[in-house]
Amino acid sequence: MARMHVMERSEAQQIMDELHDAVGRRLAVSSLAPCPVEFTMAFVDMCSTQSCGKCTPCRVGLRMLRHMLSDVLTGKATMQTLDDIERLARSIYLSADCAIGYEAGAMALKAIRGFHDDFVHHVTQRACGFTQSQLVPCVSGCPAGVDIPGYIALVRAGRNTDAVRLIRKDNPLPLVCGLVCEHPCEMNCRRGMVDDPMNIRAIKRYACEHMEGDYAPSMAEPTGKRIAVVGGGPAGLSCAYYLTLMGHHVTILEQRHHLGGMLRYGIPAYRLPRERLEGEIQWILDRGIDVELDTSVTDVAALREKYDAVYLAIGAHADKKLGLEGEDADGVESAVQMLRAVGDGEMPDYTGQRVCVVGGGNVAMDVARTSVRCGAEKVSIIYRRRVADMTAQDEEIAGAQAEGCELLELNAPLRISVGEDGKVNGLVVQPQIIGEVKRGRPSPRPADKPEVTIPCERVMVAIGQAIDSKPFEEHGVQTKWGRIVTDAAAEVPGLDGVFSGGDCQTGPATVIRAINAGKVAAGNIDGYLGFEHKIELDVDIPQVQFQGKMECGRCETTFREAEERKGDFDEIENGLTTEEVMQECSRCLRCDHFGYGAFRGGRIVEW
Amino acid sequence: MVEQLKTKVSARDAERIVTVTVDGKQVQVPGNTTILDACRKAGQNVPTLCYLRGINEIGSCRVCVVEVEGVDQLVASCNNYVLDGMSIKTNSPKVRLARRENVMLLLAQHDTTCTTCARGGNCKLAEVSNDLGIIDFPYKSILANTPWPHDFPLIRNNDKCIRCMRCIQICDKVQASHVWGITNRATHTLVDVAGGANIHDVDCTLCGQCITHCPTGALRERDDVMRVYDALADPDVTTIVQIAPSVRTSWAEHWGLSDDKATIEHMVAALRPMGFDYIVNTDFSADLTIMEEGTELLEHMRRNANGGSGFPMFTSCCPGWVRFVKAHYPELVDDVSTSKSPQQMFGAVVKSYYAEMLGIDPHKIFSLSIMPCVAKKAECAYPNMNDACGDPDVDCVLTVREVSRMLRADHVDVANLEPEPFDEPLGYGTGAGIIFGATGGVMEAALRTAYHIVTGKVPKDDMFDEVRGLKGWKEATFDMDGTKVRVAVASGLQNAKELCDAILSGEVSYDFAEVMACPGGCVGGGGQPIHDGEELAGARGKVLYGLDRVAKYRNSYENPDIVRCYEEYFGEPMSERAERLLHTDQHGWMMPAEWIRQAEEAPAAGE
Repeated sequence: MARMHVMERSEAQQIMDELHDAVGRRLAVSSLAPCPVEFTMAFVDMCSTQSCGKCTPCRVGLRMLRHMLSDVLTGKATMQTLDDIERLARSIYLSADCAIGYEAGAMALKAIRGFHDDFVHHVTQRACGFTQSQLVPCVSGCPAGVDIPGYIALVRAGRNTDAVRLIRKDNPLPLVCGLVCEHPCEMNCRRGMVDDPMNIRAIKRYACEHMEGDYAPSMAEPTGKRIAVVGGGPAGLSCAYYLTLMGHHVTILEQRHHLGGMLRYGIPAYRLPRERLEGEIQWILDRGIDVELDTSVTDVAALREKYDAVYLAIGAHADKKLGLEGEDADGVESAVQMLRAVGDGEMPDYTGQRVCVVGGGNVAMDVARTSVRCGAEKVSIIYRRRVADMTAQDEEIAGAQAEGCELLELNAPLRISVGEDGKVNGLVVQPQIIGEVKRGRPSPRPADKPEVTIPCERVMVAIGQAIDSKPFEEHGVQTKWGRIVTDAAAEVPGLDGVFSGGDCQTGPATVIRAINAGKVAAGNIDGYLGFEHKIELDVDIPQVQFQGKMECGRCETTFREAEERKGDFDEIENGLTTEEVMQECSRCLRCDHFGYGAFRGGRIVEW
Repeated sequence: MVEQLKTKVSARDAERIVTVTVDGKQVQVPGNTTILDACRKAGQNVPTLCYLRGINEIGSCRVCVVEVEGVDQLVASCNNYVLDGMSIKTNSPKVRLARRENVMLLLAQHDTTCTTCARGGNCKLAEVSNDLGIIDFPYKSILANTPWPHDFPLIRNNDKCIRCMRCIQICDKVQASHVWGITNRATHTLVDVAGGANIHDVDCTLCGQCITHCPTGALRERDDVMRVYDALADPDVTTIVQIAPSVRTSWAEHWGLSDDKATIEHMVAALRPMGFDYIVNTDFSADLTIMEEGTELLEHMRRNANGGSGFPMFTSCCPGWVRFVKAHYPELVDDVSTSKSPQQMFGAVVKSYYAEMLGIDPHKIFSLSIMPCVAKKAECAYPNMNDACGDPDVDCVLTVREVSRMLRADHVDVANLEPEPFDEPLGYGTGAGIIFGATGGVMEAALRTAYHIVTGKVPKDDMFDEVRGLKGWKEATFDMDGTKVRVAVASGLQNAKELCDAILSGEVSYDFAEVMACPGGCVGGGGQPIHDGEELAGARGKVLYGLDRVAKYRNSYENPDIVRCYEEYFGEPMSERAERLLHTDQHGWMMPAEWIRQAEEAPAAGE
């Protein structure tokens, strides 16, 4: 008899591991159950499979909880049952011996309290009152509701122009999104249950780059109505485009030298090449939109008098301050300032300088990587939490690292060290320790370590953007925390015919959300002006071919070699090849046709 | 912005002809053919359960699955399409396994007490299950046990519901009424009144199309047969039964007789031995309706010429339509004819003129009608349908299905009946009255009489036949000696909705509009015998037009019984007595939506 054994996985254990992976994949495809009660029951059930059976609350309690939840689903429960469920969940949380039990109890308690209205609806109406739809997963993940399975099928059929045409039904900036969209659609992709989610963004990019020819979208008869769009970013452009298709005459008033908003003044050219952005914007303008550049507007009421309606989409272009000593010193700059200058073609020269970038979001990565391209000798990204807590996308962080940026996690800036010449000579930071979870996020606190000074010539502050809404406030536009207030229809209360949307209304968000805001506003402005123009689906979609389950990995886009790319502002990403795109398209499960799509999904043929 | 969701299938695929092999046999079909249709074309039937052509092609039951060579998993044949070279097996070992398993799963959710089911012997589920030879059954029964108010004319029994979604689709797509919805999700999915509401609180038109399209006995009419037996058993009560025009086309379908062996006179012969005292003909009151409605139409046109509503006069024969227009188009209700439906006119005549003529106390009359309709059960119970003597003018309504069950209960030898005439008077209806049972029939009948009133001439045979046919929305303009009459005919409430929307938006304008709730009119009524997967309105309608063609009198004003009844009792159309007995106030009772609107418009307490 050997005294000890090396750990070996049995065949059963291997299958167990595979099943665990499958659970993880399913959960990653967001919606586990469309009904909160069913979800809670499944959750409790899954938790109870982990129980060792030693202790009462976990062994019996979780099982009882499941039974009572089942009663709620089958119409056997009363309001008393709901009290019983809550009491039992609380007791499991309070009295279980280990995390298997008390975590299950805590989560069940959270669900029962959080979904209380729905639980009551089940008991009183014998029906689920939760309104989460189970339509096509990717489409419901896309803020603009782009018909993703439709355009993937078109790309697969070799009809790229039709694919772009279909995308433009809901999103007039397909190429921009093909290059920089955060693709929340992919989070929902049901293909993830099988292997990996579809590479949706790359397919979109491919379609835009392989159009067989241009086309002109159908336009409604001119209405004679004139609309002013304040701000030429994605929300403004989207609103202007759809209003123009609806027959209205739009003038975009842009404060800066160029259109594009954050697409130009926030996203660096190596991710979104200028000429491609300009090309896409020009296509929109060619529908017949007037532009007045270098035009600043704040008096909305006066503007409204000259136009039949006004759309405010001023974005979030003001910077946020650290509020630290030395922040006024020469060499301290905000991300917004820097990227704005770069957007106007004024490239700074950081040759030989050491740059500290403060922040952990995508903008911090953009600033860091732009600094590298401006010749910086060393770029450090200073973040007070862990790298894992950064809000920047993983590929942005990886990209910055590959280009030589240093990630200094768990360092909170204390003050900026300024030399006698009034110039920055370092950033003083306090090392942190990660700890208690607050509002769902582990928060840092000062570690028992001494301050550290990071020597540098430049400090770039990238801790978020603010909205320059003060001047508008003075002209009667309501704001809350700096954001422009609107009703659900995007109308600004108290100002007849004035609408608003995009970053200035939501706070800094994604391109695709801004595009959708513009689209929604266009529909509502059209309605406000007394029309009911429809933007319609005008391409037919290839019919579905059932192919059964075939596992196949996801093709990823590649990047130019870091050493090479970091010396220029040329595009860094290589799109998928035709071979890769065709394989990617063949992976689409066509949820517009299979599953719930056949019943309630399908497609939005007009809006 | 309401988002409409539907799949648009590619037209391009229809042009390709592809070759497929079904169980070894080759067939050629267009590229947009479903696998199901290709199999059937190859002579190989594939069972279906949830499938309803054009309405419910969602592949939910998974009974129609087939094996496609090269694909490991099975394919639903009803909503997948052929590909060139596809090889299909309709009865492979995999198919046998899955088809049988899926039917057994449906049986587990189904109350299989077929002996006490309204659809016993006429159930698609039983047919599929019996065909598969399912005898031993391994699963535990899990029934829904949802409550239902049994006083409502339409009964839902979720213990028999197999969640095929047909009722939801019919109600949404064909009848634009959205009564049914999915009320629980995931493994507890239920189909019930949308949102879990009480059926009394929603605007169900009681068209009954969900019943005639249900594959099982989950939906049925309220069975009122026992009330009829009670009346027949009471020696103090005189039972008078009227039979609607379209019933003659379908009453003996259960016995599968040819049209000449199953005429209305055969039906009279079948009913007589049951003990009915008088058997009379709703065709008579259809003619009476024309006299009133035709006169009313000319009055309505005069009013419109002098600044009336500008909307057409709508027919009021169909209670499903009246319920629909009251619920959804309050602005059109005043343009709905005040003439009662033929059923209610007959009821009022029976308990006044007819009772006087027979010398019996109207309070001792049991007035029964046999209708192709479920909404008629509600109509006879409206609080203002009691004009003759204070009691309900019609006491009870049976659908054709209930009558068919009564004949079976009495073991009537339906195949060997000798035809018998209706009781006179009130036993005769003209060809115009007969065609009331088909879409366009009321319109045509009214035009014939209106033509006579306007021109003094006898209308030429079939001069108004443009309004015939199954098209959902028909229109025509007729010239009556210089008076132009613009008419529209709609059947199916989705078509009615489109008609009403177009009228309200000013897109179209008519003088007279006929609407019937059921597609094809009463011949396609929700109270007709059920033949799963077959739409019989067309065939039944042909029978009516055939009878009209050979009728002695083809115009309502020529009906000797009508002439006599005006001479003896009513004087002339729209006389004071006619207004009291033959017309009604369409605002005299309320649909749920009307209650809600009234409550919303009522000044709040304290104002």
